[in-house]
This record gives sequence, C-alpha cells and structure tokens, in this order.
Amino acid sequence: MSERITGAEALVRCLEAEGVDTLFGYPGGVALPIFDALYDSKQIRTILPRHEQGVVHASDGYARATGRIAPALVTSGPGATNTITGLANAYMDSIPMVVFTAQVSQAVLGTDAFQESDITGITLPITKHNYLVKDPADLPAVIKEAFHIASTGRPGPVLIDLPIDVSRGELDFEYPETVHLPGYKPTTKGHSRQIKQAAGLIAKARRPLLYAGGGVLAGEGTKELKELAELMQIPVVTTLMGKGAFPEDHHLWIGMPGMHGAKYTNYTITETDLLIAVGVRFDDRVTGKLSSFASKAKIIHIDVDPAEIGKNKAVDVPIVGDAKPILAGLVGELRKSAADPKTEAWVRAIDDWRKQFPLHYHTVEGHIAPETVVQVIDKLTMKQKRVICTEVGQNQMWACQYTHLTEPRTWVSSGGLGTMGFGLPAAMGAAVGRPDHLVIDIAGDGSIQMNSQEMATCKINDIPVKVVILNNGYLGMVRQWQELFYDRRYASSVLDQMCPDFVKLADAYGWKGYRITDPADLEKTLKKALAEDGPVMIDVHVEREECVFPMVAPGGSIDEMLGGVPGAPVSDMLDDDLLEEVWE
Amino acid sequence: MKHTLSVLVENKSGVLTRVTSLFARRGFNIDSLAVGPTEDPTLSRITIVVSAEDTPIEQITKQLHKLINVIKIQDLDPAESIDRELVLFKVNATPERRHEIIEIANVFRAKIIDVGRNSLTIEATGSTDKLQAMEDLFRAYGIKELARTGKIALARGSRDSEAR
Repeated sequence: MSERITGAEALVRCLEAEGVDTLFGYPGGVALPIFDALYDSKQIRTILPRHEQGVVHASDGYARATGRIAPALVTSGPGATNTITGLANAYMDSIPMVVFTAQVSQAVLGTDAFQESDITGITLPITKHNYLVKDPADLPAVIKEAFHIASTGRPGPVLIDLPIDVSRGELDFEYPETVHLPGYKPTTKGHSRQIKQAAGLIAKARRPLLYAGGGVLAGEGTKELKELAELMQIPVVTTLMGKGAFPEDHHLWIGMPGMHGAKYTNYTITETDLLIAVGVRFDDRVTGKLSSFASKAKIIHIDVDPAEIGKNKAVDVPIVGDAKPILAGLVGELRKSAADPKTEAWVRAIDDWRKQFPLHYHTVEGHIAPETVVQVIDKLTMKQKRVICTEVGQNQMWACQYTHLTEPRTWVSSGGLGTMGFGLPAAMGAAVGRPDHLVIDIAGDGSIQMNSQEMATCKINDIPVKVVILNNGYLGMVRQWQELFYDRRYASSVLDQMCPDFVKLADAYGWKGYRITDPADLEKTLKKALAEDGPVMIDVHVEREECVFPMVAPGGSIDEMLGGVPGAPVSDMLDDDLLEEVWE
Repeated sequence: MKHTLSVLVENKSGVLTRVTSLFARRGFNIDSLAVGPTEDPTLSRITIVVSAEDTPIEQITKQLHKLINVIKIQDLDPAESIDRELVLFKVNATPERRHEIIEIANVFRAKIIDVGRNSLTIEATGSTDKLQAMEDLFRAYGIKELARTGKIALARGSRDSEAR
C-alpha cells in the first residue's frame, strides 16, 4: 500500500530502505526540506562537516573503509560546486558514493537564480551517472538506481540533483524492489573460455606475477587472490589502491610497484613472464614507460570495466568481470587440472633481490627520519585493528612503503586524483564507519592545512582520529621534484615561513596536541598519543630535506630508479647460477 | 579514417550531451551528428560520423558503452550499411538561370521546394558524395544558404541493429 508523503520524506525512507546508517551533510536554503525530514530519522545519523569538500571526502573514506555507502547531502550552488573535488577523487578511484545536491525550484531553474549552478552539467565527466529529478514521483526509482549504479560493476559516484519543489512536492510512496536499466548490465562472472585459457598460462608459467589493484578490494576478491597466490606460489604486487588486498606479512607479497616502488618490486615486474593484472588500470604512476613495463610477459587482465582492458597496454587474455568469481574460477580450473607450482626458483630470485635492494633510508644524527615515524606507527599499532589514512605527497608514499597492512579496507588514500586535503575528512569517515578501529591519518604539513576545519567535526562528534604530521616545513613532494628536476629552485614550496603552531591549533579545536622534535622521544610520545581516547594531533618535526626513494623519473622505465643502491638493469645484478635456473 | 557510429540511447533529456561531451573530452571532432526517435518511443538513435584511427575509436566506443543511458553501439561498416543525408540548398537563381538549376536538380532526383524571385530552394537526399557533387555544381550559381541534417545510417538487411 502506498502512502502520500513529501519528496524529502521519501528520500529519507529510501535511504533507510537502503540500510543507510550515516549521512554527511551541509545544509543551505533549498536543502532545508531534506534536512528537516532527516531530523526525524532514528536510523540515520547525520554528521555536519565544516566544508562540503569534507562532506564528500568523509563519505568517500566511509566507503573505502566499509564497502558501504554513507550518502552526502549538500545545498545548491556553492554547496554543490564544493563537492567537485570530492566527486572527481571518488570517480578516479572507483569509490561507491551517492551525493544529493539540492537545487533551486524548477520555476527558476536556468535563470541564474540565487545559489543556482548547473551541477549535473558540471559533474558529467566526474560521476558514473547523474540525475536531475523533475517529478517527486520519480524519486524512489532514481534513488534505487543510484545506489545500484554506484555500488555495482565498476563502482563510482552518482549525483542526484533535487529541485526544492521536488523535495517539497508530494508522491505516493513505494520503494521499488528492482531497477530497470536497459543500458546498464555489468558483466560480473567472466567468460569461462577465457578463464580456462588464463589458467592454462598460469599452470605453465615459470615467472608469474599477480599485479593486484583497487578492483580486488572493490570486487571483494581478497580471499580468492590469496588462494590463487598460495596454490600456484605466485608472488603478488599490490598497487597504492590495492594496498591491503593481500597480507603484507606474507612471504609472497612483493610490495608496491611503480614510481616509488621498491627496486625489488619493479625488477620483479620487469622480469616476469606472465603478468596477471587484477582490478588495475595500468596507471602511469605504476607503469612508467609503457613499452618497457612487463615487456617480457604475456598479460592476463581481469577487470570489471571493459574499457580498461587494452586502454594503456595490449593484453593477451582479457577477462571482463568481478575479481571474486574470476579468481575463484581460476583456482577451480587449476585445482581441476592438478596444476603444480613451478615458481620455486623465481620466488628465490625475488627473495634474493629483496635482500639486495630493500627499501632503505639514511638517518641523520639528531634528526627524525620521516620513514622512521611511519615504521614506529606501524610497529606500535600492528596488533590492533587499524585503518591507515594518508594525505597526499611524500607522507602518502612513506606511509605506503613502510606500513604493513594485513586486512582489506584498512588503507584510505587518494590514488588517481592525488587530492591534498583528503586525509583528515576521509579518516573521519573511516572512523565513523569502523568505530572499533584505530584510525590514523599520516599527514604532511601542507595537506593538513587544506581541510583542517574538519577538526571541529571530529571533536563535536567524538570521532577519535589520530593525525600524525610529518612536518618538514615544505610541500615536500614538490620540493623533491624541484630538487631533482628544477635545479633546486624552491619556487612556492616553502611553508615554514607561516606554518601554524599545530599543538595550539589542536588546543583551539579541543584536541590533544603533541609535538615531537627529539628522536629520543619519538616512540614513547607516539605510543602515549596514539593511546589517547579522543582526537589527537601529533606534530613530528622530521628531517626537512628527505626525499622519497627509490624513484622512477616521470616517463622513465621502472627498472631504472633513482636513489637507494646504485641503479643498473636487474640482469646485471643477479646471481649467475640462480639466473640460469630461473631463465632456463 | 571515418567511422559512422550508430548509437541507440534511452530517450531522456541530457543523453545527447553525455554522448557528445565524451567525444569532446577526448579531443575528437564530430564530422556529423543526427538524432531522432526510433520505432520504440523510449529510444533514440544518434548517428555520429567521426574521424579517428581504429584504436582510439575502440576506446571511445568502450567509454560510450559505460554511459548508463547508452544501450547499443555499432561501428557501421560502409559496405554493410546504408546511409542518407538530407540537404536544403537555397541557390541564387535569376529567372534566366532558373531552368539550368532545375535541370541539375532533376538529374540528382532532388526536389524544388520553394521558388523565390531570385532564388530556388532545393531538397536533396543521398550519400555524402552525391550531396557534395550537387553542392559543387550549385556553388557556381552562388549558394545563399545551406542546411544539412547530418548522416543517418542503418546496418543492411538481416543485420538486425536492434539485436541486444
């Protein structure tokens, strides 16, 4: 039996029917009917961040940490346009998200009315899909579709623009049980012949390598990934987006590939004869020069988005579908044919490189190395349930290099868009979604200043995030590029002429604040600070001119890396006997 | 190389923008574009002619497929499809030249649809080549105005373009 209610009330009912427990929202004139309706919801906790960018990043962090959608709701005009960075960020990283923007009434739509913006037009290229709802009666079907589109296939953000006359108008409410989308039918299972063909290649491969990305997490395929790796003893590299998809304490885990990957990781890619790419998009930060990336390998590419296959790199066996069923299918085929691993020498060779060319850095007497800070955080928290979030820049790369995550959805970091200011609001979202986890934002002094207003949100809503600032008084990654490629001309990258006193800032927002300047205090102060109950900001003054190494110069081949041990092609560095055994 | 894409889409507002902006984002110039309803009122067909090499066009069609409102895309093979375009020419036609122009129109099986004191308006349909040939001939008289619909196309005979 349907019931006559307003559009705003219908919206709340729809969200409740979708199982939504949290909404991040920022009100404004034409959004008020919806906020008013939310006021009565017992199921949905509405959280008020201090900026619409914070709203969307919080929704993003929630989704990354839980796999579930916490919608975002903002008002029209500037409220809507402030969501753009967050939408683009979620779109680039394929994060499921539903964003509601309020809109001026249809009577004045298109007249440049107060706080009007053509948000569906603006967000066309940065949303998976978007809607301008014109009739309250359409609302339930649109919301049902939006959640379906956002969370299936290749996930992504969906935006729904709601003129105030739609949220005020009435409809006979009934929430549909199914969606009708003739143009949207993602392939999930994977083609059985292609799976067989891939299994055949895997069974024969002497130097196979799994290259796993965010799609493994989005496609819930982490268990199957581990099964496949262990069954055939295949080493695994995980991208920045795939961090946590494979346990990083596992002997088969070979690190992160690409621009700031370890040498042994990139060498492994260079020497593999079968690259099994799962839920990755051959991003340029991973591949470097495409022609030399995995150039000795046949390539199997598993991805739910057919447009990703062959986009950057030609593929030998394409398999379109979700990671979980396809990886399970591969395991099934390999078990059926009783395939046995032939990778013993290969794994030994990689272990040898790992010993020869580990990630490493130098410490300067009396200074704190930023890498050490991350290592100490990792060590202090490894036994806890934790989510590591990052800002963007050097802090992010060090966090990725020196933490060892063993569970999926414990890594929240802006990959494709590289959004400074993402970390704190995303950590806030992650902490709301995973209240039983310790949530740490590893930050830089530049990034943290981009959305530090969300400290208020954390305080007022009891969101106990821990922000650790690797404070070097620079936009560190910019400075690094200037050092390496711009003749040390540090144009507009020096911050310490006016950095806030972060401990005072913490105090101003009612946070606990700590400052660490002496290497001798690092571990004990971090331990104490991370054990505090509420939100904590820890300002660690680190070695100012440290660079992230190793590094592949932009556009270079990934086996030619700067920094660390002297670079040379891998074949020159290998043990001759081992070489013979692996490449026989 | 020129490709003729026949794109079946849901007949909803904003769909054309989604499709064309995708081409614009990738830096493709659309040579011609025609849109209209189909036998099913909930669907429209967009015919797009675009110059692109095979690899970029494959990427474009894959990206088009990702649009929620796009139902089917065909990259029509010229040998296995038929296409037509409609053009209106308004040609300078003094009473002395009028007869010549009508002759030319007749040769191309075009229709005279308006006669002015010093002009003739001619309607013609056909392949791009035929219409180009007409245009070249009429240019000698002076074309006052010209409007083309853009190409529409369908796969031939048994190649059922509606097959899902």
